[in-house]
Amino acid sequence: MGQRPLGKAEPNWSFERWLLRGFNREFAAKILFATSACAAILAVGLICVFLFIQGLPAIGNIGIFNFLTGTEWRPTWTPPLFGILPMIVGSLYITAGAIFFGVPVGIFTAVFMAKFCPRFVYVVLKPAVNLLAGIPSVVYGYFGMVVLVPFVRNHFGGNGNSILTASLLLGMMILPTIITISESAIRAIPQEMYGGAVALGASHERATFFVVLPAAKSGVMASIVLGIGRAVGETMAVRMVAGNQAVMRMPHEFLLGARTLTSNVVIELGYAYGDHRAALIATGVVLFVFILLINALFGMLKKRGDN
Amino acid sequence: MNKFSIKNMNLWYRDFQALHGINIEIPAHQITAFIGPSGCGKSTLIKSLNRMNDLVEGCRIEGEILLDGQDIYGGIDVNALRKRVGMVFQKPNPFPMSVYDNIAYGPRTHGIKSKFKLNEIVEKSLYDAAIWDELKDRLKKSALSLSGGQQQRLCIARALSVQPDVLLMDEPTSALDPISTAKIEELTIKLKKDYTIVIVTHNMQQAVRISDNTGFFLLGEMIEYSDTEKLFSIPKDKRTEDYITGRFG
Ligand SMILES: Nc1ncnc2c1ncn2[C@@H]1O[C@H](COP(=O)(O)OP(=O)(O)OP(=O)(O)O)[C@@H](O)[C@H]1O
Ligand SMILES: [Mg+2]
Repeated sequence: MGQRPLGKAEPNWSFERWLLRGFNREFAAKILFATSACAAILAVGLICVFLFIQGLPAIGNIGIFNFLTGTEWRPTWTPPLFGILPMIVGSLYITAGAIFFGVPVGIFTAVFMAKFCPRFVYVVLKPAVNLLAGIPSVVYGYFGMVVLVPFVRNHFGGNGNSILTASLLLGMMILPTIITISESAIRAIPQEMYGGAVALGASHERATFFVVLPAAKSGVMASIVLGIGRAVGETMAVRMVAGNQAVMRMPHEFLLGARTLTSNVVIELGYAYGDHRAALIATGVVLFVFILLINALFGMLKKRGDN
Repeated sequence: MNKFSIKNMNLWYRDFQALHGINIEIPAHQITAFIGPSGCGKSTLIKSLNRMNDLVEGCRIEGEILLDGQDIYGGIDVNALRKRVGMVFQKPNPFPMSVYDNIAYGPRTHGIKSKFKLNEIVEKSLYDAAIWDELKDRLKKSALSLSGGQQQRLCIARALSVQPDVLLMDEPTSALDPISTAKIEELTIKLKKDYTIVIVTHNMQQAVRISDNTGFFLLGEMIEYSDTEKLFSIPKDKRTEDYITGRFG
């Protein structure tokens, strides 16, 4: 038994009260945590339910095949045509382009930050990358409009609002995701791995690129998948530079504009009604399924990395 | 013929002096063991022999370490030095890749590309490390799936793959079971025909069983260095005697 400080004795202290108090506090904490957790689950659940309730009938009416593989998006025609294939491939092209530009730069930056960068550079670079992650996408969009669009127009041709421009911009936007996660994956590789390589006579570069980086593979892959998720879901910035024509494009037409799934929703939802509105919500459903698949892929990679 | 000559060597980690005036001759084609209580600087000394201490920030060395008469801290290519002086670590550290790629990494680093040559090196290294029979059907398997003892012998094979002169082993069996330990001891004795071996060990029986010379260290100083048999039967220094009879450490 600990000694009580003088004058603080509790004459009415009883084991039962003490127990109850402990119980109450614990119980309250449990309720708080459970409610918070429920709120998150509830939010996801509600989004899911409403999206599907409102979107699925439209897909049924249009016909899932017509909807997903139709190449004509003519919501105002009579009868209207609701084919979202142009937007699906638009999202694919722009995301692929973003990966093409963003992933190599991101991975090299992460390697540089984890293994090559002198301290005084790091203290500047790290906050800069964090800042990059915090810039609102409309600001990226603005940057795209005033810098990238004229750049692409002047150096590559076209009017500048294009798949290429959107890819460049999105490539920049996914950099912080890729850099941050890859860097910590590289840092998590035990120093003994690196030491083992160096002890065989490997240079710092060779040890880093052929032992440490492959060892961090699953974390790096996870960063890429999260980057893809961000790229697919990005709306505002893409809309501001991609041209947004709901037209079927071929890969070589990267200097022409295209519309993504996200842009499609945000551009037309404001004035759409009836079947048109339902078709837009169904577009959201497709987007949601894409994101689900990407998250599943992320989960899989993470699980493989943990083993 | 001495492989290493260490002359009046002092080593600091920033302000902390970890080694004081070390003088040792390490003979070629023999096994030299370093013993001593934890923290006395055995790892520090063995890591100086292939300059792994270069990776430690704030580590500073004075004095001379000669390998075949050449100062290893005097303007030589450190990667070439580490190719000549291989190392096996306390904790097995196979790379997270296949058994084959683990062994081929070293030779590839030093410019060998021919598939035929690489196959030959992989087989010979695994064979020399006494693990070829166990692994010959598992070359494409991940090295991380091997047992601890197999991983350590794989790491020995990996060290042999670049054909070093010297093999440094820092407590190579401390993470292993008695059977794996026996295998590695046996292997070490076999290897001294072709390599000069320096081994750090906490296990005095191990030093007696396998080494030709033993150095006893205490608080960063080398207290006694001689023929293993002599050191353990008639130690000159009182502190050595106390340590080997288990009175402290
Ligand atoms: N990187 C380092 N930075 C600073 N001090 C170090 C560093 N590495 C070792 N030391 C110190 O140097 C001394 C010798 O360490 P060392 O690792 O060589 O001991 P050891 O004899 O190998 O011990 P053990 O048997 O526990 O492995 C210790 O006092 C240790 O704290
Ligand atoms: Mg040690």
